[in-house]
Order: sequence, then C-alpha cells, then structure tokens
Amino acid sequence: MEYLIGIQGPDYVLVAADNVAASSIIQMKHDYDKMFKLSEKILLLCVGEAGDTVQFAEYIQKNVQLYKMRNGYELSPAAAANFTRKNLADYLRSRTPYHVNLLLAGYDDADGPGLFYMDYLSSLAKAPFAAHGYGAFLTLSILDRYYKPDLTREEAVDLLRKCVEELNKRFILNLHSFNVRLIDKDGIHDMEKLTVGAK
Amino acid sequence: MTQIPSSQASQSVSVRRPFPLSHGTTTLGFIFQGGVIAAADTRASAGGLVACPAVHKITPIHSHLVVTSSGSGADCMLWERILIREIRLYQLRHKRRLSIRGTAKLLSFMLHPFKGTDVCVALTLCGWDKDDSVENLEETLGTTDDCSPSVSKDVLSKTNLQCCSGPKLIYVCSDGARLQGDIFSVGSGSPYAYGVLDGSLRWSLSKEEAISLAREAVFRATHRDAYSGNNVDLFHVTAEGWKQRQREDLKEEYYRDMEKKGKKIDLKMQKLPK
Repeated sequence: MEYLIGIQGPDYVLVAADNVAASSIIQMKHDYDKMFKLSEKILLLCVGEAGDTVQFAEYIQKNVQLYKMRNGYELSPAAAANFTRKNLADYLRSRTPYHVNLLLAGYDDADGPGLFYMDYLSSLAKAPFAAHGYGAFLTLSILDRYYKPDLTREEAVDLLRKCVEELNKRFILNLHSFNVRLIDKDGIHDMEKLTVGAK
Repeated sequence: MTQIPSSQASQSVSVRRPFPLSHGTTTLGFIFQGGVIAAADTRASAGGLVACPAVHKITPIHSHLVVTSSGSGADCMLWERILIREIRLYQLRHKRRLSIRGTAKLLSFMLHPFKGTDVCVALTLCGWDKDDSVENLEETLGTTDDCSPSVSKDVLSKTNLQCCSGPKLIYVCSDGARLQGDIFSVGSGSPYAYGVLDGSLRWSLSKEEAISLAREAVFRATHRDAYSGNNVDLFHVTAEGWKQRQREDLKEEYYRDMEKKGKKIDLKMQKLPK
C-alpha cells in the first residue's frame, strides 16, 4: 500500500515517499511524512506495520544523534545503515520483531552519495536505485530501463515523475501526492511535492 | 470451568471469552476556527447485543484535553484512567502540564509493550495546548515531529510556537500508530462519518455549524452502522477548556430528518402528472 523510492546520482540522492497514512480501508491522513532525518545528510524512509515504523525509526534517529553527542562527529551513511540493519537483525528472532521496510539515503563527504535498501528480514544492499511496496513491482523496470549512473538532477526528477505516472495509471490504490527530498553535499533539500491528478 | 485452548503464538495462554468483545462505535474529532469538536455515540455492543445504551465514550483528562475512545470498552476505560494518572503525576513532578503531543507520545509508548496482545484501544486526543513559549522550546528539542526538520534554536522556537500552542487532534491506537491531524473518525461507523464530514467540513465554520455537522455525521453513521447508536455526546474544546453539550437522543434527530424528507416527498408527489 505504501511506496518508497530512491535514486542515486553522481553527487546526490533523490528520495520520495507517498503521503498516505491508512488504517484498513480508510486514509486517515493525506499529508503524512514517512522520512526521518537521522542527521544533517542522512534520511531514513520507513514503511511497514503501524506502530513499528515510528518506534523503530525514532529509536535509530535518537541513537544516531547520541553518537554525534558522544563522539563529536556524525555517523557516515554506511555506518548508520549497518547499525540499523544490526538492530533489525537483533529483534528479528525475538518475541517482538519489527516489521519495517527501509531506505536509507545519505551523503558522505568521503565516499559520496549512498542509497541503502533494507527490508524486514534485515537484509542490506547498497543500490543505485531502489523501491519498496507494491508500487515497486510496477516501477523497478522503469528504473532499470532509464537509469544511468551519471543522471543529472533534472533527469532524476523526470525519472521519478515517470514512475509516479505509471503508479497513477496502473496501481489499484490512489496515491495522489509524494514528498520528494534531495540529499547532496549541502545537506537535505525539500523539493516540490509531486502530485498527480485523478486518473 | 473455562477450557483453556492452546494458543498459536508465543503469547501467554488465552482464556475463552464469555461473550465477544465490544468494538462497535462511531467517534469523531475535528479542528476548526473555534477550537476542537469531539463527538461520539453512546452504544456499547457485545456481538449482536446492545450491552449498554448509555456509555461515555468521551472522557476528560484535564481541563483542556478530552479523549474519545473506541475499541474494547474495558481496555479504553483502563487506559483512560492510566493516562489521567500519568498526566497528573507529570504535572505534580514538573510543575507544568504536558503538551498534547507529549501526552500522545507517552500513551503510545505505554501501549507499545502490549502490541500483539488482545488489547484493542483507539483513542483520539482532542485538546488545546496552552502557550508557554519557554517550556515548549525545552520540551520539543527532544521530540521528532511532523514539522520539517530544523536545527538551530531560533528557527526551532519560531516553528514550535506555531506547532505547540492551539488546538490539537492526535489519534493513538494500540497497534502503535500515532497521527496528528485536523480530522479523525474512528470505529465501525467511521467511514459513514467521513462521508458526511469530508464534504462539509471547513475551517471557517461557526460554532453552531460545527456542532450540527458533528451531530449529523454521528447520526448518519449510527443510522447505517448496526454497532453504533442511541445518543450522541458532544464536547467542544477551546482555549478556555472543554464544554460538554447535553447528551442528545438520536431518535429525535431521526424523526426530524424524516419530517424534512417527508415534506420533500410531499412536494414531489404534487408535481407528478396523473
């Protein structure tokens, strides 16, 4: 029902998430933000079971901030991703596993941009582009077809728009608006919300 | 003697219930220019039985916060009492009242250990945050929020004054969901209530219009939903606190509605050619 997408460019990462917070058949909110800011240059996009998403994401967020307070410098995106995966793995075989699917996007001053795909079974993969949700079935092939490693920012937004249009055309649920953010060496930038008209 | 069936999950042993849990309800809350309206029906159902036709589904927590409850009646009653106790303790310990968002977060964290069990609680906190600028700043530095992430203190103080005072509506449920918004309806009758509210709700409604809209939404929901009905309770929360309207029997509302329709039908009959 929920949709996350991330596209990594040569010096930026573009991420988008839908804005619907649903409870069975009802949309309870149309402007819900599924992105959590872990640090100046890291965003965690989190979807999954109702309470687990916020609980887990806030736990990771506070721990990343604590690391900065204790050590004086911020965790790199790769380190944050591995930390997140470790926590998911630790809880996986406990009585209370977290059923969450994540995308972690960040910019490291040393390593450049990074997009990390994690799922509820605590797998972790660094990928040039990734998506979560039923919408991923429809849009991954579009990303496969049009993605190239040296995408400019405008081309990445166009690619994102293509994906969203496909969702609007073929996906059974109505996801009418998406939060879009871009991370580069200057930090996290809010971009214009992508909205699609009715079919 | 109750037989104890084997449980499938790794939870503790489950006990056979003497009757099905009561879940049916219609509650709603919305924010408008004149504050927050909270409305709910008063029927407690147990399967097909109306266990009680005059239940209080809206409970005041303190002078500026009421909570509408839906789900299992017993669980809601218990958790409301726990919330009242915790808020009062916070007030005594810290010499100030916890904000509505803080209350919602506290409730959500208290409910988290019971996730996956049979606890079924869906509460909507409807309240008004008082404007205490200094305390709010210290408090919100620690919280994540729906507001855009901001770092510097002065930016934060500007955003949180808008964030933190005024009317608030937050939905908390035992699944762990915690949502802040402008309009929520919860319960088996909620889709019907949304149908009425989504069409007519505007920020600029007057107090009387808002109250009559809330009453009509509950009425339409109770008309269609078998598990909601009897009376409607209405609370109005403003900066001065909550005020409760007298409980109204929806039977009267139904007769009024039928009369209106009756008049319309008569007119139609006159126009039909013979």
